[in-house]
Amino acid sequence: MPGVRPASPDQTALLCALLERGLLIDSGVPGVYGRGADFEAVRESVAELVTRAVAPERPERMCFPPVMPRRHLETIDYLKSFPHLAASIFAFTGSEAQATEQHERASRHEDWSEFQGMTDLVLTPAACYPVYPAIAARGELPPGGVTVDAGGAYVFRREPSSDPARMQMFHQRELVRIGEPGVVEGWREEWRDRAVELLSALGLEVRFDVASDPFFGRSGRMLAVSQREQQLKFEVVTQIAGPEPTAVASFNYHQNHFAAAHRIELASGGEAHTACLGFGLERITIALLRTHGFDIDTWPAEVRERLSI
Amino acid sequence: MTKEIRRIITEYGRLSVDITALPVDADLYQAGMTSHASIDVMLALEDHFDVEFPDGMLTRSAFESITAIEAALLKLRAEAAVR
Repeated sequence: MPGVRPASPDQTALLCALLERGLLIDSGVPGVYGRGADFEAVRESVAELVTRAVAPERPERMCFPPVMPRRHLETIDYLKSFPHLAASIFAFTGSEAQATEQHERASRHEDWSEFQGMTDLVLTPAACYPVYPAIAARGELPPGGVTVDAGGAYVFRREPSSDPARMQMFHQRELVRIGEPGVVEGWREEWRDRAVELLSALGLEVRFDVASDPFFGRSGRMLAVSQREQQLKFEVVTQIAGPEPTAVASFNYHQNHFAAAHRIELASGGEAHTACLGFGLERITIALLRTHGFDIDTWPAEVRERLSI
Repeated sequence: MTKEIRRIITEYGRLSVDITALPVDADLYQAGMTSHASIDVMLALEDHFDVEFPDGMLTRSAFESITAIEAALLKLRAEAAVR
């Protein structure tokens, strides 16, 4: 079992404050929380704000559950890049005697994993992942490609922490663009500025940064360097708590990674490129609570109006 | 050494062109090698030449051509000989 990632004193204090005020609800497991009414009201409003912002592009709406076929995760080499963050679903298959033994061990909180077998499901680590095979299954892309509003699904990353901004399960509000390389790159550039405007308008002090993913191991360090050199990942960051600013939105240009894995082809016959934009809804909500105060009734009128709360 | 590097790239580089026709200074990324494939090349080079690339050498440019890879390997060998 991985250790809990240490949190800074101000991160721990922020978590305590959110729990005390009922904005988050403790589950006993670091990084897994219930959400109180005010927290959800803000989180849903931010999601709705993104829906309105992307509406002029007439995206196709697709919603997926927080689990996805294991085969899809295997196809995109996720276990090579992020084995430390992945989580697969196991379930019981056995006899009645084994079920009894499993129950007895479980009631003593002992190890009952030997009765569990791997299923065909994994927890979804990024809200855009189910989109690519769904688009690929339709055959070649229509001219101009597609823009998908992938909703705000729960995603899972196995990184327990007492930093409230680093949850194991959180909502990623994702938009996806699939098409010709130049079109996809242009879309990402355009959204970079729009996302900064969108979040600044809520009173957050944000800035844009070139970033890299937390790839695993030595080979991961090389992937991260390569990702930075090619500027494939941008983030919008803001100060929440802790020594470093926190990313609240990220823009990822995958080049042909997902298109090649799932065989997404352009109408003209070439290989498509993909990019996604993800807003971390819980992080934005926490940043807003940190900036404007824990009582949302006292937030500045223009922020409340913009969020319709 | 060039021959061995070519063989490793053929096996792990997943190039979209025929490597035998590729000059030693040709850009391997332009020839279709992805970032993920370059990792496989790097690990295979380490295995074959019994070296370990330090973090500072794990860059995109260190693996961009046969010449660059050869230079990186020679540098590692020279450093190992000094120790």
